[in-house]
Amino acid sequence: MYSKKVIEQFLHPKNMGKIDKPDGVGTVGNILCGDQMTLYIKVKNLPRAKSRGKKGEEIIDDIKFESFGCAAAIATSSMITEMAKGKTLEEALKLNREMVAKKLGGLPPIKMHCSNMAAQALKKAIENYRNKNQKPEARNPKE
Amino acid sequence: MGENKNRIYLDYAATTPVDPEVFEAMKPYFGDDFGNPSSAHQFGQKARQGLDKARAQVAEFFGCKPEEIIFTSGATESNNLAIKGVIYKIQNSKFKIQSLPHVITSQIEHHCVLDTCKNLEETGFAQVTYLPVNKEGLVEIEALEKVIKENTVLVSIMYANNEIGTVQPIEEIGKLIKKLNQSRQQKIYFHTDAVQAINYLNCKVDALQVDLLSMSAHKFYGPKGVGALYIRKGTPVKKIQDGGAHEYDLRAGTYNIGGIVGLGKAITMINSQTAQRIKKLRDKMVEEVLKLIPNSKLNGSRQHRLQNNANFSFPGAEGESIMMALDQERIAVSTGSACASENLQPSHVLTALGLKPEESHTSIRVTLGKYTKEEEIDRFLEVLPKVVERLRQISGSGKADKKKLPDDFGC
Repeated sequence: MYSKKVIEQFLHPKNMGKIDKPDGVGTVGNILCGDQMTLYIKVKNLPRAKSRGKKGEEIIDDIKFESFGCAAAIATSSMITEMAKGKTLEEALKLNREMVAKKLGGLPPIKMHCSNMAAQALKKAIENYRNKNQKPEARNPKE
Repeated sequence: MGENKNRIYLDYAATTPVDPEVFEAMKPYFGDDFGNPSSAHQFGQKARQGLDKARAQVAEFFGCKPEEIIFTSGATESNNLAIKGVIYKIQNSKFKIQSLPHVITSQIEHHCVLDTCKNLEETGFAQVTYLPVNKEGLVEIEALEKVIKENTVLVSIMYANNEIGTVQPIEEIGKLIKKLNQSRQQKIYFHTDAVQAINYLNCKVDALQVDLLSMSAHKFYGPKGVGALYIRKGTPVKKIQDGGAHEYDLRAGTYNIGGIVGLGKAITMINSQTAQRIKKLRDKMVEEVLKLIPNSKLNGSRQHRLQNNANFSFPGAEGESIMMALDQERIAVSTGSACASENLQPSHVLTALGLKPEESHTSIRVTLGKYTKEEEIDRFLEVLPKVVERLRQISGSGKADKKKLPDDFGC
């Protein structure tokens, strides 16, 4: 039912836990519904010289998750933290459920919502960071 | 068992392995004795002997006449035949009543009973009352008596629940119905789905006062795809599958003779010593789990419980995750969690008990059987606390409150 990669991430999840004083937090789902995921991010401003763009860019310097849910929910949480770490916020916002599922070697159709939850949690954490830091100009144009 | 040899199976409520003696008894019917029991020649008659013997074995077990036993493809068919069969017969014969027939069942029945009842409602053949249960999963006699109406024709209550193992007061319900029937114009027929009970409980139909009883061979070390329905003489049942006049014209279809012989053999091998041994192991397991794992809970009834069943909740650790993590440790259990079901709904049984969602989503069912060894339970007790602890850490509820131990433990 699950791919080897899913089982591996489920048994040995990366970036599990909480970040003390996170820059952004995103929670999706609800324990009452059977699954809940929280992502914590720490954002770093790269100095202009080191950033690839013209302006100083913001990257996800650290990311951690807490997840109550099935094996797929835990595996997708772990996977999205691995995928998002070190990315700029713009790059991170482009991660979607298909990308997470693909990286996990596929998910059973009924578990695709877990993968969606992971992507949503990341978006929420970034939004939370941006709202706190009032940088509306940097919002994802698609939103 | 090949690859499964080193695995620990704690899901006997789902299915059981075929006992080697049962398998031996079945073999000739896939070889020399392959005949069709309906044929008059010697090939057929040899197979017919196997059929008759199995029927006698089952009748002996239930304390009934052989002709009151109908072989089917399993409990789903038996339950369909019992419930639809009675209603259809009442609807189109001398049994016909003025108003729409009324059926009473419980909210924690197996889906094959619930869906059969829903079907009868949707097709306009019957009205149905789905009786709630108390927080232990028990049907309360007074509550049942209250919903019986003038047009009630059938009560269908399972003997023991497949998820939480709660044993219903079938004898008392039987007595109540018998008493009521003495002064009723419309007789009430009483059906029980005894699938989980065969291995562990008294199934004499006269003690239970049931008119219909369903069972399935693969739950008691017989083969899959074969079951039986007990139908008390005089109970109105119309066949629901058309074709030949097999099984006293109540169940058309060529006999699954190998399976039927296996069912007959398996039922003769049931014994109460095995049940006692399993109960001891189960009690030890429950006691240890509740002691070793903080904030853990046993769902269902402690007293009125099938000997081999345990059903726990571990808030903070999701059920499907527990099951998958145990599977990686080569231990097989099952879960009532929504994430493990095909429709992402939590178990209707746990919901009917009034469990909080965080309890039903974190439940696992552990069911023992006659091949369960003490070392296997010890291994389970070694692995489970680590699994729950790890998952609670992942969910951020790792530092769960230290649990007070219940002092009244005693399944």
